[in-house]
Amino acid sequence: MSPAFYVLAPIMVIAALGILFVRKAVHAALLLAVVMISLAILYAVLEAPFLFAVQIIVYTGAILMLFLFVLMLVGVDASDSTVETIRGQRVLAVIAGLVLGVLLLLGLSQIALGTVVGLEEANSGGNIQGLANILFSRYVFAFEVTSALLITAAMGAMVLAHRERLTPKATQASLAAQRVRDYAEKGEHLGPLPAPGVFARHNAVDTPALLPDGTASALSVSRVLAARGTVRSAPALADDIEEVQRSLGGVPGGAGSAADTSAGSGHNTERGTGVPPSQVDDPSEEGDR
Amino acid sequence: MDDVTPYIILSSILFTIGCVGVLTRRNAIVVFMCVELMLNACNLALVAFAKQHGNLDGQVAAFFVMVVAAAEVVVGLAIIMTIFRTRRSASVDDASLLKY
Repeated sequence: MSPAFYVLAPIMVIAALGILFVRKAVHAALLLAVVMISLAILYAVLEAPFLFAVQIIVYTGAILMLFLFVLMLVGVDASDSTVETIRGQRVLAVIAGLVLGVLLLLGLSQIALGTVVGLEEANSGGNIQGLANILFSRYVFAFEVTSALLITAAMGAMVLAHRERLTPKATQASLAAQRVRDYAEKGEHLGPLPAPGVFARHNAVDTPALLPDGTASALSVSRVLAARGTVRSAPALADDIEEVQRSLGGVPGGAGSAADTSAGSGHNTERGTGVPPSQVDDPSEEGDR
Repeated sequence: MDDVTPYIILSSILFTIGCVGVLTRRNAIVVFMCVELMLNACNLALVAFAKQHGNLDGQVAAFFVMVVAAAEVVVGLAIIMTIFRTRRSASVDDASLLKY
């Protein structure tokens, strides 16, 4: 018995047991990769070099990548949890598995395999040549049927993955018509959403635009930022601007009025006097309002 | 020549683990991985018996098992994708329409 077996067998059993217990499906896929690569090495030990290559190329190369792609598309959901839904099912399943394992091992202990013939003679002309001789003589019909199977599988996968469009594709014209219809029926705002930072002192994406009465417009910042709680509040913004101005030694009132005229915007006069030079209120954003 | 019995024992252990995994796990993709584990365990037994008997028929059978497994994975994962698209879940417990 080769030492490779005694090194790899515990690794394979531990990795296979890990598939049963890990929570995340991605970890299960990686543990399966460990099992498959170890199996490939065992094939090489068992004088099957062709299957060694096929195992690595087909299983770890193609099938596991397919698993990982589907995991990426499906994502994580509640089925990753290991809580059992049918009471007693897990215990029964483990008992059934143990019974099966004990039966298999008992059966193995009852038999004697006799002396190993070995593949030296069969592999004398090369393993791949020997396989090809059998594959294209005795198993040629099965080999041809395999091509039908592969074509059927490819067609089936394409049909299953294909999604028929049930509704017509929304064009720009139909979207515009829908928007006007919403305005007429529900009174929704007809124009585009306000850009962030309009009438405020920053135009960063996390700064909400200010409405004419000085309140922040929730529509102007991304919902993702609002969900993460990283949207800055208007009073906090005013505070850091005044702090910067104080550190620069400027008087907030005087600097503000100067900046007001230089910015040429009359709309923020009701916001008070503390308008800094850093204010960015470019005309394109005003147009959006 | 050395014995192939340890390989057969390892193969049956892996098959048992795969079987328990199919019965206990709820994520359809992990269930599928356990099916692959069982197929691989059978392949190991086939290759070991090929060595035991000194002819290559076992290796050809393992090769065919790999081909069938590849086709099965493609179709099975497409089915899982379709179920996920309609039900937003990859849990094997959620696809239970035939029960009612």
